[in-house]
Amino acid sequence: MTSFYWPDFTLILPEMILVFSALLILMEGAFLKQVSFRHSVHCGTLALGLSLGLCLFQFETGQTWVTFEGQIKQDDFIFFAKILVLAGATATLSMSLPSMIKENLSRVEYPPLVLFATLGMLLMVEANDFLILFIGLEMQGLSLYVLAALHREHLRVSEAALKYFILGAFATGLFLYGISLIYGFSGATNFEVIASVIRTESINALPLGLFVGLVFVMAALAFKVSAVPFHMWTPDVYEGCPTPITAFIGGVPKVAAMVVFLRLLLSPFILLYGEWYSLIIFLSMASMVVGAFAALRQTNLKRLLGYSAIGQMGYVLMGVAAGNSEGAQAVFVYLTLYLVMFIGTFACLLSLKGKTPEGVQDIEDLKGIATLHPKLSFILAVFMFSLAGIPPLGGFFAKLYVFKAAIAAELFWLAIVGVLTSVVAAYYYLKIVKAMYFDDLPETPAPSHGQLLVLSAEITVVLNICAAIILLFFMFPNVVLEMAQRAAFALRI
Amino acid sequence: MINIAPILFYVFSGVLLSASLMVVTARNTVHGVLFLIVAFFNAAALFLLAHAEFIAMILVVVYVGAVAVLFLFVVMMLNLEGGEMHRGIKGYTFMGVLIGGVLLVELLLMGLSWYTAPEAFDLTTAPTSGLKITNTQALGNLLYTHYALGFQGAGLILLIAMIGAIVLTLRHREGVRKQNIRDQQERQVRESLRLIDIPSGSGV
Repeated sequence: MTSFYWPDFTLILPEMILVFSALLILMEGAFLKQVSFRHSVHCGTLALGLSLGLCLFQFETGQTWVTFEGQIKQDDFIFFAKILVLAGATATLSMSLPSMIKENLSRVEYPPLVLFATLGMLLMVEANDFLILFIGLEMQGLSLYVLAALHREHLRVSEAALKYFILGAFATGLFLYGISLIYGFSGATNFEVIASVIRTESINALPLGLFVGLVFVMAALAFKVSAVPFHMWTPDVYEGCPTPITAFIGGVPKVAAMVVFLRLLLSPFILLYGEWYSLIIFLSMASMVVGAFAALRQTNLKRLLGYSAIGQMGYVLMGVAAGNSEGAQAVFVYLTLYLVMFIGTFACLLSLKGKTPEGVQDIEDLKGIATLHPKLSFILAVFMFSLAGIPPLGGFFAKLYVFKAAIAAELFWLAIVGVLTSVVAAYYYLKIVKAMYFDDLPETPAPSHGQLLVLSAEITVVLNICAAIILLFFMFPNVVLEMAQRAAFALRI
Repeated sequence: MINIAPILFYVFSGVLLSASLMVVTARNTVHGVLFLIVAFFNAAALFLLAHAEFIAMILVVVYVGAVAVLFLFVVMMLNLEGGEMHRGIKGYTFMGVLIGGVLLVELLLMGLSWYTAPEAFDLTTAPTSGLKITNTQALGNLLYTHYALGFQGAGLILLIAMIGAIVLTLRHREGVRKQNIRDQQERQVRESLRLIDIPSGSGV
């Protein structure tokens, strides 16, 4: 402990870019008399894009680096996760500009908070030590609570934010308690040291406290990915928050938390597979069932997407339950495509007005818009079909790989539940398509019904990229598949 | 000569325990906070007995000096009545006791079968062993050298908390008069004082 090596700062260059640009934007907002919101959002997007470029540059080396005395690790698994997080954050921040202005949320603090949340997620996925993992988790959590409460004048927003905050704080407590139990057994917070301590003991002699600690950590992470029974906050937060902020809260953080979930279970705790896999199977099944059935009666579009997200996370957990590198690969493919579908769907919602001029709220708001905006409706329909898992769209392949991994690991029941619930879930995805294509325009529509919000260039770009990925995935699946394979290989299970 | 350290330990921990008990049972919340301060002082003394001077000092400076005094202000400002806090708690007694009981049994089950991996003893030994440095220095080494990343990260979290507090509470209200010191000091006599000639007998 006494010898000191200068840490390798080049490995955390993307993170440092985020920190310094967030601070710079804050300083600008504090000291310059006139700062346009547009300018600071653009700066934030630029910073995210820059660190995304750096991560892409560092990817595909097949090497593993450890720095900061083993607290930070970089390998292909982590680079892939970082690329997903940064790409998602860049897309969400850039497309949020027009509707943030429309909803009177043009505050200079918004882009720095998004940057800090992204930084927290990066720290989460690259942490090789429970201490850094906890700091990353809190950093993103705290920024997200503030983002959720940004619209403080509205009662529903305050309710959603408070719920999110209190349940999140509770999850934090569970997480810390879990870590302390694991530390109490192994005397270490570093993942590799914990793994080696577990390896030297015989599995049967491991104390109950270690499992309890692991279960607490899993419960906290299940809260972050909104797996049933820790999902209560999701529909409320999705519905209550302004749409651009929902697009951020519901998309990237779940991917980051899921990656951490996968990494923790498959890397230091893989020897306890026999203990945790039944829990993951339960989380996965319950999420799929609740996600499918609870969404059937929703009329609010964002609430429906919240339940849909719960169900989708159930499918991802199926890949985790497989507990091998095939499962890890399937998880990565699923997460990539899910992020694309999610961001694409929200880009569609962000470009339309509904009953209120701020944006679409209910399924009714989409009635008959196919005649008004054929292209936009087509793209939204593509995302809905893809979320439902209809071939040959990307979402189908995402589900296919997860089912394949589950069947290869002989989790037949899980796969059967997955197939059945995806049939049920298809109903409500198709309900949205029906509203757009087969329902007539309402006889006395609200004045803003079916009108476009100001479409920014960023939204158009994001929409087109997302639609292209989903539509063309079946032609070039190897791009994502190989990246996911490389990432799963870095786990060395 | 008798060793007084064990006696001191029992005195301090006895006072600590009874003060903590008073914190949760005191009817008057202000008394509760004052007992909390007593508990902090005794915990600091226990740390001193364990040769952890730095933590003892920090406990007094941070917890007694800042946190407890802040609590005291909050409690005094809110003017909480003893009875009001406990109203409606009766309905939850059964569930509370049930959940607490289940958790207690779980903790006992866990604690009774507890064992620590033999490697853990080496991993958790204090890094100062064999080195002749004070524990302030040792903690500084840990915080600013070995765990510098975590330290900076914690700093950023505090910054986020500050931004959050400002974002969620700051309101720009119209018509609020703010003091502008520069304007005040640059004021000239002729800007503020006007001499008017009023002919006598005409009134203002």
